[in-house]
Amino acid sequence: MALEQFQEYAPAVLDSFRTLAATGKVEFLGETYYHSLSFLTDKNEFIAQVGKHKQKIEELIGVSPSVFRNTELIYSDTIGSMMYDLGFKGIYLDGIEGILKGRSPNKVYTHPDKDLMLFPRNYALSDDIAFRYSDPNWNQWPLTPGKFVNWLQQIPAEQNYIGLGMDYETFGEHQKAAGGIFKFLEQVISILANLRQFGFINPSEVVKRESAEDILSTSKIISWADQARDLSAWLGNDLQRDAFDSLNKLHHDIIDTNNADLIDDYRHLQTSDHFYYMSTKKSDDGNVHQYFSPYSSPYEAFMNYMNVVADLEWRVKKEIEKQALKFKTQQMESLVTMGINNPSLIGSS
Amino acid sequence: MTVLMFGWEFPPHISGGLGTACLGLTQSLIEENAKILFVVPRAHGDERIELINASEVLVGATKEEVDSVIPPVKSEGQSIKITVASTLAPYTDVEQWQQSSTVEKWNYEFPATTIKEVVTKGGKRYEFTGTYGPALLDEVQRYSEVAAELTKQYTFDVIHAHDWLTYPAGIEAKRSSNKPLIVHVHATEFDRAGEKNIDKRVFDIEYQGMQEADMVIAVSQWTKDIVVSKYRIDAAKVKVVHNGIVPQEETDFSVLPKISEHIVTFLGRITYQKGPQYFIEAARKVLLHFPDAHFIMAGSGDLLPAMMERVAQLRISSHFHFTGFLKEKQIHQVWSVSNVYVMPSVSEPFGITPLEAIQAGVPVIVSNQSGIAEVMDHAIKADFWDTDALANAIIGVLKHKALSKSLKASGKKEIETLTWSQAAKKINDLYHELQSIKQIEAISESVFSGTPTKASSKIPVF
Repeated sequence: MALEQFQEYAPAVLDSFRTLAATGKVEFLGETYYHSLSFLTDKNEFIAQVGKHKQKIEELIGVSPSVFRNTELIYSDTIGSMMYDLGFKGIYLDGIEGILKGRSPNKVYTHPDKDLMLFPRNYALSDDIAFRYSDPNWNQWPLTPGKFVNWLQQIPAEQNYIGLGMDYETFGEHQKAAGGIFKFLEQVISILANLRQFGFINPSEVVKRESAEDILSTSKIISWADQARDLSAWLGNDLQRDAFDSLNKLHHDIIDTNNADLIDDYRHLQTSDHFYYMSTKKSDDGNVHQYFSPYSSPYEAFMNYMNVVADLEWRVKKEIEKQALKFKTQQMESLVTMGINNPSLIGSS
Repeated sequence: MTVLMFGWEFPPHISGGLGTACLGLTQSLIEENAKILFVVPRAHGDERIELINASEVLVGATKEEVDSVIPPVKSEGQSIKITVASTLAPYTDVEQWQQSSTVEKWNYEFPATTIKEVVTKGGKRYEFTGTYGPALLDEVQRYSEVAAELTKQYTFDVIHAHDWLTYPAGIEAKRSSNKPLIVHVHATEFDRAGEKNIDKRVFDIEYQGMQEADMVIAVSQWTKDIVVSKYRIDAAKVKVVHNGIVPQEETDFSVLPKISEHIVTFLGRITYQKGPQYFIEAARKVLLHFPDAHFIMAGSGDLLPAMMERVAQLRISSHFHFTGFLKEKQIHQVWSVSNVYVMPSVSEPFGITPLEAIQAGVPVIVSNQSGIAEVMDHAIKADFWDTDALANAIIGVLKHKALSKSLKASGKKEIETLTWSQAAKKINDLYHELQSIKQIEAISESVFSGTPTKASSKIPVF
């Protein structure tokens, strides 16, 4: 979806992506096209959106993703299996204690049943940059490139993979340029490059070179959001759940219309952010939700969303009526045609 | 008959029914040949009637200074106009609502404001917001200072104060002019807040206003009963004058698509007083019989978030449409798609919205705990807490086209008699009644006592 917006409003961003792709040092991951929670709605819907994203990346960047990153690092064994079946070789997930159970986040793992490599994100080191970098109340503030690299050096050598994962907008938006984030990034990278102790590697390269022995398994759905690291950031309260269900109820009717506009609007409404804005969580989690939300309260988010869904529902109803009428007219016409060709059909007793 | 009348809001700058009622009454009183000096804390310049703008009144100045600063009064018909170059940019209240930060405050809370004191060479004046902001009680108090000042500048026979916000102004005007005071009760703190959440400060102001008034006008028997039982006001002093309704002007609005064949509407502030939770419980029951029914909950207020949560909890959000605060045109749009309007108010002094619904051709269901229930035969009535009865009534109207049709037609006919003109006639009679009582009082005082005493607030019995 962001890709569409880049196409329309900021094509230079796409040029920069293509340049990055050409270096071979950057890899583009698979995603759901609409940044959705569609794996909860319908398997085919999920597959369709993953396919659409893949196609878009191929079209715009000229590469084909082979490693997947689900919306907000949402993951479970079932999602892993599905991705394997769709041909992906690896998937990203958040390296949380709940599933690592005392094991290190700094290595790759494998799926319990499928030959799918699992890339845990080291959320502590990632959040040091993404969230804490500019926080003067943090006891490690200010974070210098030297300090950060030193932390990496302290990781035992047998833990041979460090996954740092953060939003693209961490650099320049969440962390402003004035705070020195770009310089920090540049210096960390050049120090690491000179150390020779570390290297940068694309995930598909890891899949080729490494074989993961240890199994990481979770039947429960995890994510990288909020303290809870589950689905509660999007489906944690009644507003969110009823909004989500209200949209899902329309799924089959909308898909059956085959109307491209309706389907596209419907899919935009699946974007997880809509539900994220409706969260009524308080304190730290609540602050993060509020930071991202364009609404001044979750209730406004809910009200607006539900009104849009109601409008969509109405449009679907109209479309179904229109198609039914068309079908009926066609049937009548064909009956009449048959009647003309075969007068006995019209004859009455 | 000249009346010094105190209001708080005036169309188009209103947040509730008070301003609408003031406009209707004033227009009709003028037709009864009463001269109305209508004072508001802040006039915006685009009201349909000329108003005295309290924000432009100098207080603490001598008479000569006032004359030199306030431009001459220009009389227009029976209402008066003071032409003063306003230093204030007119703004609409709606803009202020949109600025407010959270949805639950859309309708009643405003950005922090304080009353500005402007000192000029002739004295000082207060720039009121005339809204319902955090400085409300302060504004109410200062408004009374202005009232005392106005009694020096104008001559009049009766003082008429609308709702508690203006009672202190009315009391002050009475004290400084010794003219009779009428307080007009459009609502009480018991209606707005409910028994358990009474704001003592508001109650005290209401109590004092009703005590000191020579006459109390209640907008319904329902309200009179509250005034007598909760404020212990002598029933003989309390007169019931039902509100009227202003014939609707034709307005253009774009037609909304009708989302369902069965649309049930709640329209009003989403507050304790209006009983929105009973609407939702009734809706849940209606959906069992009419699975395709849709419910519009129009308006805003402190209970809006809780109502959204309740609806979501019941998993009926896709059948509910929360609109937030609506402007006049949008209200017409809502009426145009509504099959029935429900007003499950816990305590409604009168209830102007059901009348507007009927005017717009929408059948109404109102709670027994409302003034409107007293005057309407062609409305279905139920106790607000009886959600089974409410649901049955809604189902009845949705199901039986004949019932719906007859409610519409008879309701329209019925409200033809509910006019402001009728209300104004009654009130004009009350003005004269008060005036003659005052005159007799004055005569009897001069006859029976050597020294003139302060007028008693008690109406003498003859």
